This record gives sequence, C-alpha cells and structure tokens, in this order.
Amino acid sequence: MKSGKGSPLLEVRDLSKYFFTKRTVLKSIRGKPQPRLVALDGVSMTLNRNETLGLVGESGSGKSTTARCIVRLHEPDKGSVLFEGRDVLSAGAEEIRKIRREMQLIYQDPYTSLNPRLTVRAAISEPARVHRLVDHAGESDLVEELLLRVSLPVTVADLRPRALSGGQRQRVAIARALSLRPKVIIADEAVSALDVSIQAQMLNLFDELCKGLGLGMIFIAHQLSVIAHISQRVAIMYLGRIVETGPTPEVFLRPRHPYTDALLKAHPTIESQRNRTPALSGEIPSPYAIPRGCRFNTRCRYTENRCFSEDPPPVEVSPGHYSWCHVLPEFSSGMVTKKTG
Amino acid sequence: MKQSMTVESPLLKVSGESPLLKVDDLTVGFADRRGFLLAANRVSFSVPKDHTLGVVGESGCGKSVTLRSLLGLVPYPGEVIAGSIMWMGRDLRTLSKKELERIRGKDISMIFQDPTSCLNPVFSVGDQITEMLRMKLHMSRQKAFNRAVELLDRVGIPSPKQRLADYPHQLSGGMRQRVMIAIAIASQPKLLLADEPTTALDVTIQDQILSLLAEIREETGMSMILVSHDVGVVAQNADEVAVMYAGWLVERGAAREVLHGPRHPYTQGLLNAIPKIDQVGQRNPLVPIQGQPPNLANLPQGCPFQPRCPFVNERCYSVLMELDRQEPEHGSTCPFMDGEGA
Repeated sequence: MKSGKGSPLLEVRDLSKYFFTKRTVLKSIRGKPQPRLVALDGVSMTLNRNETLGLVGESGSGKSTTARCIVRLHEPDKGSVLFEGRDVLSAGAEEIRKIRREMQLIYQDPYTSLNPRLTVRAAISEPARVHRLVDHAGESDLVEELLLRVSLPVTVADLRPRALSGGQRQRVAIARALSLRPKVIIADEAVSALDVSIQAQMLNLFDELCKGLGLGMIFIAHQLSVIAHISQRVAIMYLGRIVETGPTPEVFLRPRHPYTDALLKAHPTIESQRNRTPALSGEIPSPYAIPRGCRFNTRCRYTENRCFSEDPPPVEVSPGHYSWCHVLPEFSSGMVTKKTG
Repeated sequence: MKQSMTVESPLLKVSGESPLLKVDDLTVGFADRRGFLLAANRVSFSVPKDHTLGVVGESGCGKSVTLRSLLGLVPYPGEVIAGSIMWMGRDLRTLSKKELERIRGKDISMIFQDPTSCLNPVFSVGDQITEMLRMKLHMSRQKAFNRAVELLDRVGIPSPKQRLADYPHQLSGGMRQRVMIAIAIASQPKLLLADEPTTALDVTIQDQILSLLAEIREETGMSMILVSHDVGVVAQNADEVAVMYAGWLVERGAAREVLHGPRHPYTQGLLNAIPKIDQVGQRNPLVPIQGQPPNLANLPQGCPFQPRCPFVNERCYSVLMELDRQEPEHGSTCPFMDGEGA
C-alpha cells in the first residue's frame, strides 16, 4: 500500500451524481430537455483509519447515493474518490475488484440482502471464495471465526436465513462483509429496521469491530441518536449536499446550520418537551428543481437576501467544524442569537 | 373542527365519570395448522375523555393487534377470544357488524403507519374525503365538498381546493398522512386510534404531524391511543403509557412515572438500550437487553420476560404476576425489581 501516514483512508472530492428520466417521444421532438434529478451535488468528505463518520439527512438527501457512488455501484458524473491514494473512479475491472474487497457495504434490510437459499455458512464464505482468499479446507475455520466475531453460535452455520431473527440476519450480513477483511465498512441504515433492544446489541458490535479491527466506517442513519452514539465525526446532508460537518459532539451541541438545529429540535426524546410549533415547516424540495442560492432557503427562518442568490460557501466555525450557511445563527437551548459580521 | 364535541350520538347517555373506553382482559388469539398463539393476553386499560394513551413495545409484542381488535379489525385468522371492550357503556364485542360499522370511522377513527396503502390509488383525495362525509354524516355533495376543503386546510395542506383533485401518488408521504388525518377527523371522533402514524416519515415531518395531532386534540378534546415503537414519540405525546411485551401488558402508568421510574425490568431495559442524543461524545457502550424476544407460539414458563431478565428469581419460572390494579397511577407485573422479593 502506497498511502502515506498522514493521508486519509478514503477521500471523496466534489462527488456529483445526476439521474435522467425518460422523455416522451413528443417532448424529445419538441426539444424539451431531459429532466435531470440532482442526487448528489459536490459532496466532499474524508474518512480516516479507526474513525466512524456519520451521515445523516432526510430521505432524498443523497446519503445512500453517496455510499453507492463510493464503491461505484453508481457511476458518479463528477468528482473523485481516492481510496488509500488509489483512484476508485478510473480503476479498471481488476483494480475495482480489489478495491471493492476492501470496501464493504452493509444494507438496511437483512431480509432481502441475504440469499434465502444459501445457508449461513455458504453466505459467509461465498465472498472469500469468489476472491480466492480461502480454499475449501480453510472455509469452516473462516466461518467459525467470523461467527464468533459477530457473537453468533456456531450452530447457526447450517441454517438458512428464514430460521434466523432480524438481528441474527444482520449479524450474518456483517460477518459476510468482514470475511474479506475490509478496511472500510459502509453501513447503509444497517440498524434502522431493528428493534431497540436488538439495535443496541448491533451498535455495540459495530463499535467493537471498529476498535478491534481498526476499520474506517461510514455509518448512514436517519436517527440522530444512533449517529450521536456511534460516530466521531458527522456530516449532515440536505438535497444532495453536505450542509454541516464536524466532530459529532461539536455539531450536535453547537450546531451552526439552521437545518441541523431543526433536525435536533424535531428529534423526540424522553427528556425534552414537545415543541409547541414544528421545528421546520414545509417539505424537502424536488431534486428536479433545486432552489437557487442556498438550497435550504425554502424552509429556513433566517434567510437574508443573498440566501436566494448565492450558494453559501463553507465557513469553518471552529476547528474542523464547517457550515454552509450565509447567516450562521448560533443556537443554544432554543435561544437564537444572530452573529454579527 | 371549531366547536368541541357536540356531535349527537345515541351512545352519549352515560355518566360523565366513566371512561370513554374501558378494556378488560382482552385476549386475541391466532390459530393455524401449526398451532395457536396469543397475540394479546388479558390486556386491560381504559381511556378517559381528553386523554392520550401511548402504547410502546417492540415488533410482535401485540400493540397493533390490540389496537385493531378494538374496532373488530383483527386480520384473519386472528380472533378476539375473551375480554370486554366497553365503549361508553356498550360492549363493542357484542355489537352486530352493522352497529359496529356505525361507530367505526365516526366515534372512533383510525390512522395507520402507511398512508400509501390506506388510500385508494384510483380515487382522488377529494373523492375519498367526501365519501366519508357523505356516508357517515349524510352530507350533500356540495356540503361535503366544502367541508373537505375546510378539512384539508385544517390539516395544513396548502391550496386545498386544488389538492382535492389530486390522486394519492401525486402527494408526498407527509401529505398523504395529512389526508389520512383529515379523513379520520372528518366526523369529529371522540377517540383516534393511531397505529405508528409517523414511523414511515422523516423526523421533521414526524414533528409536523405530531404537532398537528396535538393541536387537533387541544381544540376538540379528542382522546387518542398512540401506538409506537419509538419511546421518544410516546414520551412527548402521551399522558399515560402502557408497555407491552410478548402479548402482555407489563407496565402501565402516567407517562412521566413510567419513563423516569420504570418498575418493570423490560421497560428499564428498553430505556437503557436507547442511544441518548444528549450523551453525544461520551461513547459509553449501550446496555442492550440480552437475548431475543420470545416466540409467541412457544412462550417460556411463568413470566414471558424471565429468560432475558436480570432480576430473575425462582418464582418467575412458575407464576406470572397480575398487573397491579391497586395502583392505578403506576402498575407493573413485576414485584421483584425494587429488590424486595429478589
């Protein structure tokens, strides 16, 4: 591996992805442009070794598209992805195979991500066999070792997924991802479908794995409490862009983007009282028609004139904490003070 | 929705003290070739006027089945096999289909988790609201149309007149749930049954919907049973909380009491397992509940929580304690958690 000491494990620069929907024949004859859905629009992030980066946002904010673009399940339209200094997007077929081995995705729904006809043993050892990491003899050692890692009894090895509970299936999916000894795990809503008591078991498992194996992890979730628990750094996404990023405690305790603040206020907890009025009115705009200027301006309470004309640049509000907002209000315990200058 | 509950109902001739709804020992069973299971087991609770009861529990604990059974909506092969559901002095279980039909959607309405599958895709939103108004309230076409516009406006849908012509697929998830709420409150029900009404929605939209429901409750004095897996949602919206596990109601009491001083090990475990947003950066491991929820067709002996319980003692293997009815404020089926019996 040619990566230098200081360089990040994964570096995403200016990633953009558009989807085009089909026109009717009539519309194409009339020269109407093909409708363009902006899924990602200039997303940049870095991931270091031993670090968990949380990605949060509402549905349609581009979290999953980011994950899929990083491993090239979607071909991004713009930008670059560097994995240990290697360019993922220009990698050839052989190279991308190697890269994908080291970056593994885990999906939300363990009911559909596992083949119902494969036993647990076959499901876990299949990727390693495909990549020729084990021979037939080494297979059961590998399966046993991985089952142990994810705290499943060895006896499940010969069961099929339908005999397992949701939590157990997700453990199998994790074991399968670990079978290739990846350096990066991208967990796309991996705990969202699970009940609270099982979710806690899984979060502890993810935490252990990252510490024990020194993995870098991108953890995608829509639940803020999950992100608060598991990630050291967080990126808040809205309509295909990152709007705020930084160390998780810093962003959650001292948010400097109105959207982050609204998400935090809307999150129901046992301790807090329900707000009298909703934290945020309106809905996320259509990705076919991104608003001009700041893309949050349709729902923001703090808009100024320039919010409707200029795209906000990132501002470093404290070390490593960036917000893409012109106004940069300061929020503390529900009180809002506007920063001057 | 401006005036409070003035709907004349033949059922309204009961004393003011008795609760709107009183459920006793409700038991729902499912039978198939492979066996028999109890999805709800001797569940008892009551809902007074102007009161919100939150029901929490994990998937398969029987919270949705309990809610559906109130209106006779348990899916086949399920069946209410015991208990009584007293609605303003009448047992809903003894009513004929026709009589129940009159209460359903009028005095008691229901909203569901997935508004996409509850709205008919081939009828416009307007058709579906006016259908309700014309069938249940016998309004004329014109009157129903005007009322539908009012209702859509009430639930916060912009330019309601235009939206009436829209079909469900033209609306977002949040808007569809608003339409569902509009249909549910059209007849000014006294009780709204809400089955995970915001689970499919984003957090900011969830916040909007819950605020809307709170506003409507405040205006009309409507009671609500809110079923949710999200303890935070229930904490912020319910006066009283009932916790269900494996078909049993294991703890019940005022929301603050139950959520800040749980008296059942399952409730305590559930609360400990939730990641807390205000503990950001502390990185303490969570305390999960060990093991898996039990199979309802094959429940453990004694207390259903016994195999996962940290406070277990020998009596738990044989006896299941009754929910303590002596303490209407806060009851639990577990007498051992305070360390007295253990």
